[in-house]
Amino acid sequence: MTNTVIRVEHLSKRYRLGELEPYQTLRDTIARGVVSSARALRSAFSGQARTNRSPKADGHIWALKDVSFEVKRGEVLGVIGPNGAGKTTLLKILSRITEPTEGRAEIHGSVGSLLGVGTGFHYELTGRENVYLSGAILGMSKREIDEKFEEIVSFAEVSEFMGTPVKHYSDGMRVRLGFSVAAHLEPDVILVDEVLAVGDASFQKKCLGRMDEVSSEGRTVIFVSHDMAAIQNLCDRALALKRGRISASGNPGDVIARYLDSSSGVSMVPLAERTDRRGTGKLRLVGFRISSGINSSDTVQCGAPVNFEISYEGKSPLRNVDIAILFYNQLGTCVLLSSSGFVGRAFEEVPPKGTFVCRFSKFPLVPGTYHLGLSCDTNSIQADDIRDAATIHVVEGDYYGSGKLPPRGYGMFAVPHEWDLA
Amino acid sequence: MATETRSAPTVIIQPSRGWVPIKLRELWAHRELLYFLVWRDLKVRYKQTVLGVVWVVIQPLFMMLVFTFLFGTVARIDTDPVPYALFVFVGLLPWNLFAKGLSEGSTSLVANEQLITKVYFPRLILPAAVVISGLVDFAIGFIPLAGIMIYYRYPLVLSPALLALPLLVALIVVAASGIAFWLSAIDARYRDVRYTLTFLTSLWLFATPVVYPLASVPANLRWLYSLNPMTAVVEGFRSSLLGSNWNFDLVTGISMAAVVLLFIGGLFYFRRTEKIFADVV
Repeated sequence: MTNTVIRVEHLSKRYRLGELEPYQTLRDTIARGVVSSARALRSAFSGQARTNRSPKADGHIWALKDVSFEVKRGEVLGVIGPNGAGKTTLLKILSRITEPTEGRAEIHGSVGSLLGVGTGFHYELTGRENVYLSGAILGMSKREIDEKFEEIVSFAEVSEFMGTPVKHYSDGMRVRLGFSVAAHLEPDVILVDEVLAVGDASFQKKCLGRMDEVSSEGRTVIFVSHDMAAIQNLCDRALALKRGRISASGNPGDVIARYLDSSSGVSMVPLAERTDRRGTGKLRLVGFRISSGINSSDTVQCGAPVNFEISYEGKSPLRNVDIAILFYNQLGTCVLLSSSGFVGRAFEEVPPKGTFVCRFSKFPLVPGTYHLGLSCDTNSIQADDIRDAATIHVVEGDYYGSGKLPPRGYGMFAVPHEWDLA
Repeated sequence: MATETRSAPTVIIQPSRGWVPIKLRELWAHRELLYFLVWRDLKVRYKQTVLGVVWVVIQPLFMMLVFTFLFGTVARIDTDPVPYALFVFVGLLPWNLFAKGLSEGSTSLVANEQLITKVYFPRLILPAAVVISGLVDFAIGFIPLAGIMIYYRYPLVLSPALLALPLLVALIVVAASGIAFWLSAIDARYRDVRYTLTFLTSLWLFATPVVYPLASVPANLRWLYSLNPMTAVVEGFRSSLLGSNWNFDLVTGISMAAVVLLFIGGLFYFRRTEKIFADVV
């Protein structure tokens, strides 16, 4: 018996751009047919050869291109990548919802796919009825559902509403019930897409626990997520997709780091020209700069003094301004939020143009790469908010004055403290 | 645990080319899903209505009243010795099964888009479930029929002709699902189908001797009627339930054979286009 459960070889999927549109009408197809044959006729008469067109001009895109990998029994593979990189297409092909255009995949064992929560739910039906319906659609037999019914209901924490139509459920309850049904599937291979992005934090935690359980039972899992921490915690191996191709694969930590590095390119656009911002725009953050750090403009030394300068433009009067920097680590977790409001500095009135300075006398974050978000409120209303506004590299430094720092992987901060013998 | 006793099937995923097999075994493996989808259709259909399942009875009765007024009272179509109301009701019974299966089956893929894009199962189950759920409504329709027969004191003759009923029902199911296989597959890609369904079914209704007897059709046009498989079905129903005459001629036989071909062709066409459903629906 082979130990490789999933073998994917040169898998590719091409979409005609038209197919991504909701649907086409017969009329369009006929019209297109007439136009293209007229064009063919004209070129036949004019004696011109058809020019080679680029794939994009041809109206095709490769959602997935030449993807190959293997997954061993009991392994949990995480798949990351920006939106439109082909993650969902990959899962859809492996769960046989859609066919590949080229290539081949082989899966040994039964496959269960979780591409959405509450698949097959009908809002008019009761919770009980939907458990059976959704279970059957996801591939459970009636006997299996009978056996697990109590377990499913208690996991979802909605036992008292089993006789109520699902349309009266809150979103949270619906999600919990939907996930719970899916979580009790027992296929050899589970394909999971983003489902953990829903539900409240405590239920998410429960779902993660369940996923962990599932993999420890020897089931093979492919897990697509934007939640880098979940990928890091749950997966044995990760795969990053970029425009349909594998851009990195291997140890989850490395893949995540490489993915975040390559995706932070967006911060290279000058802040003033960034359009992906939220807020009223009463005040716009237009520049970010590190001063009094080390020479390099994006490098900070742990334990060294540093000033972050944020310049802005706005329409006066600007009152009660609160400015903040959010520091995200490689896993996408916000490790530090520094806000003028927290440190008791209220800018009651500021000029229409200027620069805020955030001063650390000893920078506390341990060495690594951090992505900064900038946010600004006026009168407690969000005026501007930019994610991934800048990337900084923190390098080794002498925080404690002892020349020593904790080794990598042990803690996120250096903080002032003392030891004594009591 | 269940997984350990289950054999580990190997799934090969690769692009398919041209015609693909029907895979009856896989359909059989999904029979419980078919059951649940039929059950869902039935549950949902009358869930939010005050009268619930009574609608199954009211709808054909109301149609019967309208037709009885229009064609029995105003246009005076002669259906002697059968009272017109009874005549038209017996025609509507199989017709509604057919028309419902045809129109709802043909839009079933688009209606279940949520499922098609999220989970794998043989898509043939979707139109099939709709047609099968229609059978329950159909069966309930026999209750008002009995009422009408009692009202008119029309005797039910227990003749061997009654044995033809199950065969005729099977023919309706095969015809309705055969057409639904074709049209639902086309509807997934071209939404034009849903706009043609209304007039397709009403045109077909009047091209079938439901509201008038075949006997009133000029003899030189009868062969045209024989081409319509629903003619045979409706006439057959009247023959077995009401004891009227039914001529089973060669053309009728050919049209029935055509239904079977349509069904098989529909199966293969559906399977051939199935791979693109999730991308276009």
